[in-house]
This record gives sequence, C-alpha cells and structure tokens, in this order.
Amino acid sequence: MQLILRQGRVVDPSRKFDQVADVGIDEGRIAEIAPRIPGKGRREIDARNLAVLPGFLDMHVHLREPGREDAETIATGTAAAARGGFTAVACMPNTQPVNDSGAVTSFILQRAREVSKIAVYPIGAITRGSRGETLAEIGEMARAGIVALSDDGHPVSDGQVMRRALEYSRLFNLPVIDHCEDLALAAGGVMHEGYWSTMLGLRGINPAAEEVQVARDAILARQTGARVHIAHLSTRKALETVVRAKAEGVTNLTCEVTPHHLLLTDERVASYDTNAKMNPPLRGRDDVDALVEGISSGAVDVIATDHAPHTIGDKMLEFDRAPFGIVGLETAVSLVCDRFVRPGVIGLGRLAELFALNPARILNLEKGTLAPGAWADITVLDLERQVEVRAADFASRGRNTPFEGWTLRGGPAMTVVRGKVVWSV
Amino acid sequence: MASLSQKDLLSIEQLSVDDIRLVLDTAEALKEISSRAVKKVPALRGKTVINLFFEPSTRTRSSFELAEKRLSADILNFSASASSVTKGETLLDTARNLEAMSPDIIVIRHSSAGAPHLLGRECRSSVVNAGDGMHEHPTQALLDALTVRSLKGRLEGLKIAIIGDISHSRVARSDTLLFHKMGAEVWVCGPPTLVPADFHLLGARVTSLMEEAIEGADVVMMLRLQNERQKEAFIPSAREYFTLYGLSRERMRGARKNAIVMHPGPMNRGVEIESEVADADYSVILDQVANGVATRMAVLYLLSGKSGLKPARKPR
Amino acid sequence: MRKIKGKSLMTAAEIDLALARMAAEIVEKLGPVEEFAVVGIRRRGVPLARRLCRRIEAAVKRPVPLGILDITLYRDDLTAIGNRPMLRETLIDFDIDGRSLVLVDDVLYTGRTVRSALDGLVDLGRPRRVQLAVLIDRGHRELPIQADYVGKTVQTEEGDTVEVRLEEEDGEERVVLLRRGA
Repeated sequence: MQLILRQGRVVDPSRKFDQVADVGIDEGRIAEIAPRIPGKGRREIDARNLAVLPGFLDMHVHLREPGREDAETIATGTAAAARGGFTAVACMPNTQPVNDSGAVTSFILQRAREVSKIAVYPIGAITRGSRGETLAEIGEMARAGIVALSDDGHPVSDGQVMRRALEYSRLFNLPVIDHCEDLALAAGGVMHEGYWSTMLGLRGINPAAEEVQVARDAILARQTGARVHIAHLSTRKALETVVRAKAEGVTNLTCEVTPHHLLLTDERVASYDTNAKMNPPLRGRDDVDALVEGISSGAVDVIATDHAPHTIGDKMLEFDRAPFGIVGLETAVSLVCDRFVRPGVIGLGRLAELFALNPARILNLEKGTLAPGAWADITVLDLERQVEVRAADFASRGRNTPFEGWTLRGGPAMTVVRGKVVWSV
Repeated sequence: MASLSQKDLLSIEQLSVDDIRLVLDTAEALKEISSRAVKKVPALRGKTVINLFFEPSTRTRSSFELAEKRLSADILNFSASASSVTKGETLLDTARNLEAMSPDIIVIRHSSAGAPHLLGRECRSSVVNAGDGMHEHPTQALLDALTVRSLKGRLEGLKIAIIGDISHSRVARSDTLLFHKMGAEVWVCGPPTLVPADFHLLGARVTSLMEEAIEGADVVMMLRLQNERQKEAFIPSAREYFTLYGLSRERMRGARKNAIVMHPGPMNRGVEIESEVADADYSVILDQVANGVATRMAVLYLLSGKSGLKPARKPR
Repeated sequence: MRKIKGKSLMTAAEIDLALARMAAEIVEKLGPVEEFAVVGIRRRGVPLARRLCRRIEAAVKRPVPLGILDITLYRDDLTAIGNRPMLRETLIDFDIDGRSLVLVDDVLYTGRTVRSALDGLVDLGRPRRVQLAVLIDRGHRELPIQADYVGKTVQTEEGDTVEVRLEEEDGEERVVLLRRGA
C-alpha cells in the first residue's frame, strides 16, 4: 500500500464511523479501513492521538487570481488552504476579470493544475460581470468545470433575475450561492447597525438587509426547486428563516456560516480595526449565540471561511474606506477546534459534516467521505496542538486577520490529497 | 501636576470625569488671556502643531489656529485641497510624511470616523480629534460644557435637551457622552429617522416629541439640519421639519425660566431655529465661540507634554 | 495635614515681624509718592502679598491694588516635563501700565520663577518699575536676579529644600529647612 495512517481516531459521518483504526491508501484512493491493517505500507504515519477525518473543503474562498495577484494567487491561496487543513477549496468568481465565462474557468483550472497541491473548484458568476443584470454563460462554464454559481460580494438584487437564474441552474444541477444583502437597506453601511455603530459614528447595516433577501431566496427556492445555498449567513432571524423553510420541506435550501461570525461580535470594531470589517458585518451577541446553536443543532449546514485577502495598503485605510473581508483559511480549523470541539459544543462527526461532508454534497462532489474507493482526501487533526495565530507566518499573502495573537488549542496536523501528504506540521 | 490620562484626545468616551474637570478648569484659567492687550503666552513656544483638515471647516479651524497662536506654537496648516490626498496618497502616508517633520501635536478633522485613531496609533505626536465623520467632536463638547458650567455654575442635575439630526451629528454623540458623564440629565430628540439605533445606551433619554425634550430644560442645544437629509428621505421637507422640530419662542416657553439656547453652528435660520431665538439674550451661541478658543488652548496645553512619551509603533 | 520635620528657620512670630518690616520698607520707598500695586506669585506668594498689602494700606491709608500672577505658562522647563503643571487663573484687574509693582514670592532660589513672572508681567502691560519682595532668600541664583525686600537670608546647600508653611495654604505658620538626604 502507498500509505497507511496507523491507529488514528477515524471519524467519517458519511458511514457513521467513529473508532480507532488504520487507514490504508493505494493509488490515491481509500483502500481499506480496519482496526489493524497487516503488512507494511510504502509510507506509514503514526496517527495515535490524532483524528483522521474526510478532507475539509472550504466552499467559500477568494483566490484573487486572475487580477489581484498582489493580494493572493492560486498558488499562495491553496498553500494557505493546505496549511489550514483543507484538501479542497471552491473559489468565488469575483476576480478581474470576473469568472463569468468558460475561458476564465479554464484558466483557473489550468493554473490550479500547475501550482496547487489541493483541489480547486471554480464557482461561476450568476450574471455577466456579476452586475446582477443578465445571466452569465452558465452552460459554457458548466462544461469548463464550475461547481456552483454565485455573484458573491454582490447580491442579485433583482428578484426576477434571481428567479431566472434559479430556473436555469436546474438545467445543470448547479447550486446557486447567494450573498444576501438588500443594498437599499444596507444603505452604504460599513458595520452592523446597533449600539456600536451608533457609538462609533459608523454607518450601520440594518440586519434586515440580509434577512429580507434570505426570505426572498427561501421563497424562490421553494417555488423553483433549484438548489439555493445562503453564503455567510449571520443573523438569528436569517437562520430562523432557513430552518423554517427546511422544516416545511424545502430541502434544496442550505446555508453556511463563517468562523468569525461564530466567534466575534460587533464590539470588535471598537478600535476601528479594519480587520474587523467584513460583509456581512460582525453581529451582536444574540446573533452569534444563534449561529453557535445552529452548528450544533444541525440548522447550519456548512462552515466556510469567506477567505478574503487584501493587501496591507488596501486595508490600512480609514474604516469606512477600507475594503470588506478577512483571511480565514489558516485560522478556521484551529478556531473551531479550540472554541467548539474541545469544549464539546460539537463532536468530531459534526465537525466533519460541517467542513467536509456537507460542502461536498452541496457541490455535488464525490468527496467528504472515507468510504473505500473514494479519493483519499484526508484532514488529520491534533486536538492537543497549541497554535498561535501569527499573520506574519501565513502562507497566504493576506495578513488581514482579526485573530492575530490568539493562542488556540487544536488544529490541523496533516493534509492529505489523493493519498499524498501535501502539508504536515 | 495635572495631566490627561492619554497621549491623544480622540473622543469624550475615553475621558474620565477627572480629565473633563481638568480641561474645564484649565480652560477657565486661560480665558483671561483673550482679554489681555497682548493675547499671547509662551507656553507652547518651540512646539509645532499641524492642523490637518480633510474637511472644510472655517470655524473649528480658526478656533484651533487662534488657540495655537495664543500659546505661541508654530503652526503648519495642511488642508485636503492643497494636499497630496487628492493624488491617491493614503491617510497613513500623509501622516507618516507629516510625522517626519516632528510635530508635537496633530489636529485632525476628517470625514471618516476613526481616522484620528488610525493617526494616533501610528504617530508619536499627540493627536487631537477636531471632528471625525459622525463619530465625535470632543473639543466642541468640552467648550459646550465650559459654556454651560460658567453660566449655570454646575453641570450635574441640569436637564440638557439636544434636538435635531442626532444620527449624523458628532456633536450630539460627544455632548451626550460628556453631559451624561458629568451627571446631567440628557435628552435627545429628533424624528425617528434621524435618531440612531440604541442611542439611549450612550446615556440619553430619547424622544421624538420636542415638547417633552424641552419641558423644564436648562439647556436647549439645537443641531444643524443638512439639506441633503431631505433628498435621502429622512424627512419630507425643511418646512415640515421646522414645524415639528424647529426652535421657536413659543416652544422655548416650555423650558425653565433661565434656560439657555446653544448651537454648534453654522445655523440654519428658519430651519432648525427661529431667527428671534438665535438672537435672543438667552442664546449663548457667541459665548460658545469665545469659549472654544480657551477650551482648545487648554487641550493643547495639557497634551503638549505628552507627545513622544509613547513610542510610535514600529513600521512594518 | 503633612507633618514636616527639619530645622526651623522662622516661627510664626518671626514671619509676622519680617512682613511688618518689609511692609514698612516698601512704604518708605514707594508709599508717599507713587501709584503702586502688590502682585503675588502663585501659590505661596499670594497669601504673603495679601498680608503685605493689608499692612501697606493701613500705613498709607488708601487702597493698594492686589494682583495674582500664575507663571505656569511662562516656565522655562515646560518642554522638559511630561505632565503639565496645574494651571490657575491670573487675576490682575487693574492697569499695570506706568505703575510700580512689588512682586511677592515666598522663597528666592534660582531666580527662574521670578524670570517667568517678569515675562508674564510684560505681556500684561508696561509697568514703571518692578521690585521684588521675598520672605526667604536662600541663595544659589542661576539668573542675575535679586530681591529688593528680604524677610530673612539663609545659608543652604543646593539640594536642600526650604518649606514655607502658611496658615492660608498649610494650616500652620513656620519656615523649615530640610537637609538633603535627611
């Protein structure tokens, strides 16, 4: 066998598997999982006291290439992902040019083959130039290899355009990932509207801006039957809308949350640190509590980072002039391990669902499982490992993290893609 | 020895009650200088003050400039129109360039909330916030407090009504925080569209009824209504606004007998305030202007020993 | 009240006697002819000036204006110290142009305070002449300044402290010499 991971705690929610076992890998695929695999592999890894999970997939990443290679490239972004424990990423189309054509999709895939050790799945734009007006050439991009549609960064404001996009997406069975924001209600805001926006004199974003659009999408999802995935959901009311729709049988509606929305509140903006500026904005305590409840209850399907690297020059501006977004690939898994897995808010099985199984299912990928025969994409975690967040050490070009200096317990120990160890501590 | 607790004056929020008292007492002592034949003392001789104005402002800027001159500081005026900001230079670049000239104090006005904080973090010099976006205007609140204290003899227990566009007003925020800290009862009043979320948590009673705000008030503070608010659909019209929130002699009757009227300027006569009220003897708007110079002198004096104490952050 | 231990330089009675003598000297020099005023330097120059003023008024039988000068803004060490000294108001509500002034302070040491006071007075107008009255002259001048009226001259070392304690400010009345290291 090519590789054997010995005596790790193997957790695979796709088969409800959770026990100490050996994982044998051959020809890039899972060959066998057994209490003890006899013989010797070409390479053996001692996984005692480690957790062996299906490969994590971050379905919400901005790689910035083509166009803003000063902020991030496919090479640096995927290296950051590997270092953060991810075996695959899906990248958003808001590059320059926007990924709204087969040509850009092909370029991204070509670059990824050249420089990336992990899998890269492009997401195509819903509308041409992500301007929200006319549909992009979805079929052409589908043929080139996109796994989903999104105008992320911009909402699809026009309800009729969204309806058409959903109807059309069914043709290719592509999920539509929506950045939900009613721009009129958001009114040019730069942070969550509430005590802190008032105190700081910053324009607030009314939470209704997100909530009304989530409600619209839920209704359209029900009506069209298309698969709708709510990106970076951030408020209690928005989550309640999703939960209600699911309970009423709209199983084609899913949602994700980001680690920062699970961990930080709008109070973090108090020093005008632009690393606390993102869209959707950091919310209040009640919203954060609802999201945390959501990851443990199952209401939330996915944790995704919304990794959004920016250059220091772009980010070190007056708060209202700085761009939205923070990096997340190299902090997400450690943050979730430290704050939610170790204290027992979620178990390893649920962790694997949120980071691996559910994103793979939503994107129609035969991933997120350790079933024999599946590609051997594996994330190995060390729940005891001490991790200190230091942006200077990031593989990403982005240094814009609000977690600088945090000391965390637990994090990725090894990233395996198609049986190859692409990163280890 | 007297000293403010921080290197910079960025907001009223950061000031303690003792800090505020210190500024007011110092300003009180400095008022006398403006009545001298030679209106100048050498306290800031050899110190350099940069006035960094990214927003046009005749009043605040003149007030600071006069304060600086009366303290014998060397002054460098730097305004957005004349600066390289228009060429795409960032605030931080500008700040570092200015810092290289070794100023002791930088006075900054900027349309972005938090811009002075950015400067204060990156600069060795003391930074004075002369108004940042919709955030704060601390020296305005201090001069308002000086005005009220000299006329009423105290701040605690007074009812202060702040009326108008609360949302977009840095003066409303700074005044509310200051008067609340000093034990006054602060009421803010404006149309619901112009009162921001959770404003009561800053220490004010919030109402949309002007009569309720003015009832028994010792101080009525009127805020300027910008013309844009109509276009942005916050209010239907200036005329309707005046009928609901304009300060008339009629409305002033609800206030305490010896109540005073204040306005941070510039006034919109006939929009938020009736001309007769603005010119009445209970209007102390010109006292505010005079107190502004003494207050800013006090702030500059108290901060002038602070610069360079905290090393600036190392450049990355 | 802080208890001060050290060598006693003057008792309450001696202070009173010294002020009486100084007032008489001032009256002798200025009283008969001139328009003059007394200006105390904050803080302990102020009660001393007030007492001198009362005695002088009693002798010349006409009101003598009393002023208070805060020299903080004129100190030559402002740039060197981090914290700002507490500022108090200067209260001189008479015209000093053409008038003779008697500047009053408690202790004359380096002369720097008096230098600051002279600068402060110049900004207020152009007095005809300025004289200086101090309760204690302890030597060690750093500037060419001398007093016209002295309560008592004492020999001190440079590191010593001379504390003038006055009823109005300190609740007791005496002058104490604190030796360096004592």
